[in-house]
Amino acid sequence: MKVVNDFSWMIGGPQGTGVDSSANLFAQACASAGLWVFGKREYHSNIKGKHSYFQVRVFDKPINSHVDDVHLLATFEDSTARLHAHEVVKGGALIYDPTKIMLDDLNLKSGVITLPIDFNTVLRHVAEVTGEEYGKLAIMKNVIAVAASMALLRMDISEMEETLTRLFTGKKAKLVPTNMAAVKKAYESVEALPPEIHNQFLYHLTPNKKMPKRLLINGASATAMGKLKAGCRYQTYYPISPATDESNFLESHPEYGIAVVQCEDEIASIDMALGAATTGVRASTATSGPGFCLMQEGMGWGGMNEVPIVVFNYQRGGPSTGLPTRHEQGDLMFSAFGGHGEYPKLVIAPADIDDHFHVAFESFNYADKFQTPVMVLNDKLLTHSLQTIPPFNEGGLVIDRGRLATAEELEAAISEGKGFPRFRPDSKTVISPRPYPGQEGSPYWMTGDEHDDYGHITENPETRVKMHEKRLSKYRLMLEQIPEEKQFTLKGEVDADVTLVCWGSTSGVLLDAIEPLKAKGIKANILNYRILNPLPIATEKILKKAKKLILIESNWGTQLGHLIRMTTGVFISNQILKYTGRPMSLNEIIDSVEKIVKKEVKSEIDPLTGMTIEKVVLTYGL
Amino acid sequence: MVSKLHTPLTVAAYKSDVHNDWCPGCGDFGILQAIQQAFAELALPPWVSMVFAGIGCSGKVFNYMASHGVHTLHGRVLPFAVGAKLANPNLEVIAVGGDGDGYGIGAGHFVHAGRRNVDMAYIVMTNEVYGLTKGQASPTLGRGQQTKSLPLPNTNDAIQPLALALSSGYTWIGRSYAFDGKHLKEMIKKAMEHKGMALLDVLQPCPTFNDLHTTEWFNKKVKGEGENVTIPRIFNINEQGYDGAVKDPTNADEVSEKRAKAFEMSNFRGERIPVGVFYEIKLPTYFERMQAQVPMLKQYAPALMPYQDESHLPTTDLSKVYAEYLF
Repeated sequence: MKVVNDFSWMIGGPQGTGVDSSANLFAQACASAGLWVFGKREYHSNIKGKHSYFQVRVFDKPINSHVDDVHLLATFEDSTARLHAHEVVKGGALIYDPTKIMLDDLNLKSGVITLPIDFNTVLRHVAEVTGEEYGKLAIMKNVIAVAASMALLRMDISEMEETLTRLFTGKKAKLVPTNMAAVKKAYESVEALPPEIHNQFLYHLTPNKKMPKRLLINGASATAMGKLKAGCRYQTYYPISPATDESNFLESHPEYGIAVVQCEDEIASIDMALGAATTGVRASTATSGPGFCLMQEGMGWGGMNEVPIVVFNYQRGGPSTGLPTRHEQGDLMFSAFGGHGEYPKLVIAPADIDDHFHVAFESFNYADKFQTPVMVLNDKLLTHSLQTIPPFNEGGLVIDRGRLATAEELEAAISEGKGFPRFRPDSKTVISPRPYPGQEGSPYWMTGDEHDDYGHITENPETRVKMHEKRLSKYRLMLEQIPEEKQFTLKGEVDADVTLVCWGSTSGVLLDAIEPLKAKGIKANILNYRILNPLPIATEKILKKAKKLILIESNWGTQLGHLIRMTTGVFISNQILKYTGRPMSLNEIIDSVEKIVKKEVKSEIDPLTGMTIEKVVLTYGL
Repeated sequence: MVSKLHTPLTVAAYKSDVHNDWCPGCGDFGILQAIQQAFAELALPPWVSMVFAGIGCSGKVFNYMASHGVHTLHGRVLPFAVGAKLANPNLEVIAVGGDGDGYGIGAGHFVHAGRRNVDMAYIVMTNEVYGLTKGQASPTLGRGQQTKSLPLPNTNDAIQPLALALSSGYTWIGRSYAFDGKHLKEMIKKAMEHKGMALLDVLQPCPTFNDLHTTEWFNKKVKGEGENVTIPRIFNINEQGYDGAVKDPTNADEVSEKRAKAFEMSNFRGERIPVGVFYEIKLPTYFERMQAQVPMLKQYAPALMPYQDESHLPTTDLSKVYAEYLF
């Protein structure tokens, strides 16, 4: 039975050998053929040598997740074959180099087609045909692996040519003929295989040329685009995985006029962004866990001085250096409760790659509207995953700079002669008017100390209460003024048997699970929290009405679960958790939800709450 | 780039009405007054001026100025000030802080601010102690010295701020004394007018906690050459023929020579204290370097760049970027 346009491809190899570029090439070829892709990238905290792999799932409808099965494994050295050969399904195939590895050494399932390619012989042929130096062609093993895969999948060679021509332009255009020589040779070797081999391989890709154009993009780029659209023109950062890609994107686009400053540390990053924000520019910084820790003091200053600032935390495995290049949703509690003392912090997490753009855009509006630090919790999974998504919908995007000083207020400050009452609470709207330095009448004072209307230091208990309550009442404003559909979403089946509760990137794999679960007789819907602090209390009725709740998070501590219980009193005893540093796969979710629904999970006592729980801990993936 | 007032304001116009709670006799008074005088003489509009301050007694300068005053975090005055200056170079930004703040907890930022050469002045109020926490040793207190509240003599060697600034890339380096009002005011003006990152280290007594280097000690004459000859402890190197200004920044020999001289003068040891301009060189500022890479910054400061229309719709056109990602 042929399987068309439902396919999982993997390529792997030592880091620094072009695994990433070949996966990009494969994904681009599939995308330009009108197919939908989701590409998951796994790599070590290492530059050269350690094992990395990239899994690209291809489908005829939009997808947001990977599956553990591999239908075609493309390798050009021995380690990837050894580590992943057992994942190839019956009817799938392995591309391998017979000069590097013996099939007997691999743990292959029966019914897996093996396709030997002597990569060096192909390269020697390319050198001969093109006149290029053989020694410099080693990097092209990737292209050969991709081309052999495409040939086996019955994608026309023109798809490869089109993609390579688009990839190599300008000075690099001369690489196209060399690459095409390799592609042709790879196609020839595959096409020369006996027809029965082709017939055994079940997976085919068929282009859909009618498909409108879509973006093939990762979360880091989508975030950077949202920032530019929002008018962010000042970005600071200190290099850290996996956050750096976003700053790198912004720095690579000087045409938008954004000042990107690489700082000496994350303390300087947050403080420099705060200093910039005081002048009125929309400023932000991007970091990951360790840097986010260093930023806490600065963020508290931002809260105390009501400075609009947006901090993007690209979560990775923690604590400490943790798993620097792996996925985790471990910083939720820290974001909600970080820093000493009390100040209002808005925490948002994008649900998918498209939402990275929108969250990045909105976060600046919220920072201005509520005049307080906003924290965006991205994570490594979507930061580096490559996905086809419809173009961003820019309709309805409006810039909101919040409560700015009016000409009359500036005039009044001039005639009063005491400075601008920057922190005087507005009796109706709470939020105080904000002048920009440079406006006549603007001078006011800012201090991390408690202060009065003008920003002068005070320890007066009455003023303290007035100012503290004013700042913290922004929590109420956030829940009142952020539209409910932007606080959380409920998607999936109406009258669901089970409500899957999640936040951030986990939403994607759950969305993909709805149909397969339905096929298994389980009607599911998904409650995704977008605003995480303050926790949307409007979800209480959904939680209390649900027939069955399952909490799904990529952490050990059910961090969202605790916030939900704290806010609504609802304790979710069914839990699916993963903290290997790898994201949850579609099949893991389907299996574990089914297990919970069928009551196949043993009860245990949760050590932190003393409550009885039914917990599935997922572990699959290298 | 900072617009100046047509009619200069009086010094009083730069004083806020906040009650000053420094100890009587504190060197901070001299420095605050000199800053206010410099602002008046430079005819700076208070609304375009931002005084960033660190934490400690010195940090309170922010509140006594009738300009924008920003009291930052301990050790972090430079990143805050640099952020503001780069976001809007049309603002006059100065950073002020103590020696514990700038050379201790903020030492990392101190070094990197030099590398960037942002167009601003950093005034460090050096009194060898952490005043507001009641007199612990700051990084400029010498080894073996025991100021009033130290239980035991200081076990650390002192750092030499001017030499550190020189190694870090500061393009204007000077020293003055808190109670030499005229020299101090002139030095503040020079530091502010210098196009690039200027460090002005200002020696000052702490009458409450530093009982070694008091106003009397600074004023005391020391032995000069010849019998019974006494001379002031503090001497102005620029009046004695020392010229630390590089005339031609492209002349490597001249730069090396001036740097070597400045390093030697920075490490001057003995009874006397040299003040004045130790080193000066004209190099591209950080903003100019950014402008070379990001052409739009030639037209607009980041804080003034247009990004929305009158109905608040975003005007940033991403279609070219999207095109790279559309398949």
